[in-house]
Amino acid sequence: MFHIYCPYCEEHREEEEFHAKGQAHIARPADPDACSDAEWGDYLFFRDNPRGIHHELWVHAVGCRKFFNITRHTVTYAILETYKMGEQPTITAESLARGEKAGNVQAASGGQQTVGASDAAVASVKGAQA
Amino acid sequence: MSDVRMFDSRPATAVDAESPLAVSNLAERARRSAADPGVTLRERAFLGHLILRGGAIVLDEAVREVLGVSLPARPGALVHDADGERSIQWLSPDEWLVIVPEGEAYSLEKRLRDALGDAHFAIVDVSGGQTLVELSGPRAREVLMKSTPYDVHPRHFPAGKGVTTIFGKATAILRRPDEDRWELVLRRSFADYCYRWLVDAGEEYGLAVEASGR
Repeated sequence: MFHIYCPYCEEHREEEEFHAKGQAHIARPADPDACSDAEWGDYLFFRDNPRGIHHELWVHAVGCRKFFNITRHTVTYAILETYKMGEQPTITAESLARGEKAGNVQAASGGQQTVGASDAAVASVKGAQA
Repeated sequence: MSDVRMFDSRPATAVDAESPLAVSNLAERARRSAADPGVTLRERAFLGHLILRGGAIVLDEAVREVLGVSLPARPGALVHDADGERSIQWLSPDEWLVIVPEGEAYSLEKRLRDALGDAHFAIVDVSGGQTLVELSGPRAREVLMKSTPYDVHPRHFPAGKGVTTIFGKATAILRRPDEDRWELVLRRSFADYCYRWLVDAGEEYGLAVEASGR
């Protein structure tokens, strides 16, 4: 069981209280009528499936019922940070790859080792997020 | 002055009212209460429950004026007014639960609407949708420890705190108005289930049930 920090309740709560709602930071096309079918299909159906850092939307379903974001590692399942809607993550695949200290997580000197991914995987994650 | 039309849900003549726990037959269980109870369960039926939604700054002024207490802005906070009869609890960053004695909900809603005027807010009377069960006694905390994943240790759950959490697979609002009492705000449809859960969980500590008589 995870203890997940809800940024609105400002405390750690049991995983049972939460639901995952998929990838975060998906912007709706500003003008849907001007979208090609491929663009609209990408927006509606296609999601990243990275090996490593993933930014996800979660909801504190039994609790404050607010949506918020979690930065999670898909290999280790470690939750690196949670942040409110509308905010940007301080920990990303790039920041870990650079070996930056971000939030309360100290990335190891070889950032990739902390991430648990090879250079190629980091590059692919970067590519997916670009 | 608010231009929202309000419906006075209080009946003009006396009608039978049934709490969500009417089907659970508390009176029957009360006759078999333990002599020296470790846990005492009491339903406080027919209280007025109001949900306030809106910005904290806007609501705070109106709540201060009408209820005489300031809006609890800290997550999980629960405050009572001077005589302890009326409470207001933080539920989420823009949502609060107000519980007042029976029959006060309508006038309170009206006074809040008058005080808030044209501000952006919502007030919903949910009195019929939930009921309040009170647990007390030296072993009450142990019943809760079996029933909820939330940490109810006094260090983590001091008096004046309330949270929405899982209670025996259902959801409930768990609150601690003072050192000796715990309150559970149960949804109508979960009330009978949660009551049966509590009776089952409390049995081993010696359970006393106090029926409200209605």
